[in-house]
Amino acid sequence: MPKTKAVDLVVVGAGPAGMAAAVAAAEAGVEKIILLERQAELGGILPQCIHNGFGLRYFKEELTGPEYAHRFVQELKKHPGLKVKTETMVVTITPDRKVVTTSATEGLVCYQAGAVILAMGCRERPRGAINIPGTRPAGIYTAGSLQYLMNIEGFLPGRSAVILGSGDIGLIMARRLTLEGVRVKAVLELMPYSNGLNRNIVQCLEDFQIPLYLSHTVTEIFGEKRVEKVRVAPVDKDFKPIAEKGFDLSCDTLVLSVGLIPENELSLQIGVELDPATGGPVVDSFYQTTVEGIFACGNVALVHDLVDDVSTESALAGRAAAAYLKGEIKTKRWLPVKAGRNIRSIVPQRIVVGQTTPLYIRARYPERNATLHVGDGQTKQQVVSPGETIYYTLKPEDIRTADGWVEVSLEGGRVHD
Amino acid sequence: MTELTCIVCPVGCRLKVEQGKEGLKIIGNGCRRGVAYARDEMTAPKRMLTAVVQVAGSERMLPVKTETAIPKAKIYAAMEEIKAITVSPPVMIGQVIKENLAESGVPLVATGTIAGEGCFKPLEKSLGSE
Ligand SMILES: Cc1cc2nc3c(=O)[nH]c(=O)nc-3n(C[C@H](O)[C@H](O)[C@H](O)COP(=O)(O)OP(=O)(O)OC[C@H]3O[C@@H](n4cnc5c(N)ncnc54)[C@H](O)[C@@H]3O)c2cc1C
Ligand code: SF4
Repeated sequence: MPKTKAVDLVVVGAGPAGMAAAVAAAEAGVEKIILLERQAELGGILPQCIHNGFGLRYFKEELTGPEYAHRFVQELKKHPGLKVKTETMVVTITPDRKVVTTSATEGLVCYQAGAVILAMGCRERPRGAINIPGTRPAGIYTAGSLQYLMNIEGFLPGRSAVILGSGDIGLIMARRLTLEGVRVKAVLELMPYSNGLNRNIVQCLEDFQIPLYLSHTVTEIFGEKRVEKVRVAPVDKDFKPIAEKGFDLSCDTLVLSVGLIPENELSLQIGVELDPATGGPVVDSFYQTTVEGIFACGNVALVHDLVDDVSTESALAGRAAAAYLKGEIKTKRWLPVKAGRNIRSIVPQRIVVGQTTPLYIRARYPERNATLHVGDGQTKQQVVSPGETIYYTLKPEDIRTADGWVEVSLEGGRVHD
Repeated sequence: MTELTCIVCPVGCRLKVEQGKEGLKIIGNGCRRGVAYARDEMTAPKRMLTAVVQVAGSERMLPVKTETAIPKAKIYAAMEEIKAITVSPPVMIGQVIKENLAESGVPLVATGTIAGEGCFKPLEKSLGSE
């Protein structure tokens, strides 16, 4: 075992989540904080997200990803007790909060932390996970890795592209490719609606006359060394391709934007409970996981669409970790949330009794004019869609403790066109 | 008649816009903000443009943006100008990379920092280590 250094708080991952959590903990008076990042650069996914649209909620101005990251890097510098280690990978975390890291400069180092915040973010679902038949030629990229190649390394993938998946990253990449002179033939979406923001559909597709095919998928990839074409087919309501209606699109690049999964190898190692609905750790109103003293925030807990929400929630986790270290979070009573009608996921999953808790809620399918019920509280929702987070601040008086849980549901809505 | 999707709020109203005798006639908007949106889109649509430019002596690109939105019609001309740019380090975030991009009156500014010798490092190396 390497020699062990004692610190108050270890934060794993220096994306927006880890940076906000570390800064908030420092501001709350935590003295020895170590922020660990496996990359050379701070900011997590942000440096490659060169488009704007970040910061409207948090900074009340519109920033690009690198600018948003820059603001937090400046904050980090204000706290001398907060040490940042880049190119340092966390390899093991134990339930009693020993954090083992490895780096080229220091080799193996072990920290004994009073508290740990997990902020490892998420990664893209690999192609294997979606199983398209056909050859395995060059020219197939996941949207996030292509974003890195184009925006950081200045690489151009080809001349013509088809994008599978209409989430925000797929839409953003459709525009980015078009601006660089790559012809985007189509964006295909398996679902009958897009998961992307309206704004991105308008400004990334409609502005450039890129067709969006809903309820369509790629059924086969052709090409010897390089992608030459893909076969596309509409799907029926059970998502089975209707082969007779298939058609070919020639392209030399296929971009897969097929979802993100929280990066939870370390969480599993610690033994924290994961929520199948989010893929991330189950957390309470303080963003504490099911293992005491281990907190989780940002995309590792829930894949957020807005980095602003990541910052807000992570600052809350940072302050909570500070309170925990001071012994201010005692054993507490909590109630589980329960997903009712048209609810896919709710974070936090455990509501600490008496605690006002901002909730991030996701619907299963799009609807108009539904009423969101949370315990005894309710609000009207003009539109809900799986692509947009529903916000609700749960107040202590919304909960009836006698129920034993807090039910969240959307009622009376109408499926929209 | 033109159809637009209002992007001002998540409702995403489908707007139908017609050129009438007394100006634009807009239907389908859920609220007043939709009218202003449709009017802007029909008369002078503008967009922010973000991209990357080459850095002399570096394998990393520098991210850039137009300082404010530029006319939508100038987007491609702006991209052509951006593709021709190579900057020399150091460059500070917020620095003007090119004035009056594509005759839009709007400058192109850096959204990242390159601290000397062509390496893109957003200054984190100057942060303390134990
Ligand atoms: C491709 C893409 C495009 C996006 N576009 C937008 C957008 O347009 N607008 C918007 O508001 N939001 C956008 N988002 C969302 C937003 O960027 C994310 O919500 C936000 O970056 C999440 O922050 P995070 O800190 O949780 O994760 P990340 O940014 O992923 O950071 C996690 C960090 O942890 C590090 N790490 C992981 N494991 C370890 C380990 N074992 N040891 C050490 N370090 C580790 C990683 O290297 C990484 O730096 C986008 C997200 C993605 C993936
Ligand atoms: S018209 Fe009003 S309600 Fe409709 S999308 Fe625009 S801002 Fe929202």
